[in-house]
Amino acid sequence: MNIEQHQLIVQVEDLCKRFGDRVVVDGVSFSVRRGECLGLLGPNGAGKTTLLRMLLGTAIPSAGRIEMLGRPVPSQAGAVRAHIGVVPQLDNLDPDFSVVENLYIYGRYFGLPRRKLEAQIPALLEFAALPERGAAKIGDLSGGMKRRLTLARALINDPQLLILDEPTTGLDPQARQLIWRRLRQLLTQGKTLMITTHYMEEAERLCDRVMVMDNGRILTTGSPADLIRAHIEPHVIEIYGPAAEAWLAREGRLAQRVECVGETVFCYAQDEKPLLQSLSGEKGLRFSHRPANLEDVFVKLTGRELGAAG
Amino acid sequence: MKQWLSVWQRNVLVWRKLALPSLVGNFGEPLLYLLALGYGLGAFVGKVQGMPYIVFLASGIVCASAMNAATLEGTYSAYVRMSVQQTWEGILVTPLGVRDVVLGELAWTATKALINAAPILLVAALLGAVHDWRALWVLPLAVVVGLTFGAMALVVTAFARGFDFFLYYATLVITPMFLLSGVFFPLHGMPEFVQRGAQFLPLTHAVEIVRPLMTGQPLSQVAWHLMVLAAYALGGFALAVWLFRKRLIT
Repeated sequence: MNIEQHQLIVQVEDLCKRFGDRVVVDGVSFSVRRGECLGLLGPNGAGKTTLLRMLLGTAIPSAGRIEMLGRPVPSQAGAVRAHIGVVPQLDNLDPDFSVVENLYIYGRYFGLPRRKLEAQIPALLEFAALPERGAAKIGDLSGGMKRRLTLARALINDPQLLILDEPTTGLDPQARQLIWRRLRQLLTQGKTLMITTHYMEEAERLCDRVMVMDNGRILTTGSPADLIRAHIEPHVIEIYGPAAEAWLAREGRLAQRVECVGETVFCYAQDEKPLLQSLSGEKGLRFSHRPANLEDVFVKLTGRELGAAG
Repeated sequence: MKQWLSVWQRNVLVWRKLALPSLVGNFGEPLLYLLALGYGLGAFVGKVQGMPYIVFLASGIVCASAMNAATLEGTYSAYVRMSVQQTWEGILVTPLGVRDVVLGELAWTATKALINAAPILLVAALLGAVHDWRALWVLPLAVVVGLTFGAMALVVTAFARGFDFFLYYATLVITPMFLLSGVFFPLHGMPEFVQRGAQFLPLTHAVEIVRPLMTGQPLSQVAWHLMVLAAYALGGFALAVWLFRKRLIT
């Protein structure tokens, strides 16, 4: 079956990666179907980036099997990479080139002919929302513009699969929204996406399925809604302030489950009313009530917040 | 098109933007050596190996300028592309592999050697330091010299953890080579062990071919000299690919 028709875009079995004694990826198995958006969630150091590098053939597995677009990796990584687009964690746009030149030379690395690239570049500039900035130097672009250009660059070879390593880290909310809109656009075009992130909002909005990773292992996999339902009570009350601990000692039994992360107390409950009633009279603390989300799943599984360093 | 050529092409496109300052910088220094030493020192030295000193010196400076251009490009500039700009990281997630990157960079160091040596050859010709048209063979030789020193420089870069590292290479390898390969004076006046040691320096072999070509003297042992240069180039290339693969593919 050729690369264009393969339905399982990624297939990974028992994948391990060790650096000396340190196990970075520890027996990971999963697959990604065509047209799916898979989110890879985990704190820094969870093994996400190493996992992605192995999929691309730029890190060699210590054990396990990888098949990308029906072909074995790393043995056929070069041929596979011809059909993949990559947005790396740190921008590596070529600072010696303008916006247009960056797209052009990157296309050359894929062996694409000049005429084809010249025909394609205007549409990519449009996609990156940089139609007027073709001649601009990379140093003159904002963080959001650079990310959009990196995303457009990843599309130069019309890839089957896009691999995005923290595509919106460090961007302001507007810039992030624009990236999300573009990624959704790509999904409607039938592209397959793999995204690592530690923004649970990003994962909830974009991903059909998320894998939660920590210490090189996959802790759980499922759609964001399913994971929340399976792991977390529907109501969450976050409490903070000097009196939070004292209140917890007295009234904590009103919650089904309690997690303390940093200075915040998280109370999880099937029924939120008794908790809210008890809290409303309290002085010296503040609280907020919200529905359960992916972050709660993560806190429950790892005892840490998503953004925290591993 | 061979895909590694796109790496070479990238560097050509960047160079084109900065060609003028780059030419002035790279061309100026060897030209100063040639004029200052050729005429200044030449007035005291008189004839060397039966020729005016500036004629003797010109062929050496052509070789040294090819060596320096390839060395600079293969160390500092390649390191910037690898580590500072992460250009290689971007390339290595396209169909290109480490070997393509090294080959493209090596081809570019050889191109820079040619770009730097050719104007010196022209100036030498204008100063009357070139004997006949046979000197045009120096142009392809500059490419060979570029491949030799480019490959060696890339091996050094594969070990480098910062720019300081290149100072060791410049001080311990390139400068002694610059001084002890017969660029400025004939080696036969040196102690025996220096002469024998110089036979291991690739620049010595480059000078041994280029000098007769520019001054119209008979060539000797061309195949041997070329083999030494090729051995450094091919050995260096293979070693650089292996080292960069270890460094970049974890």
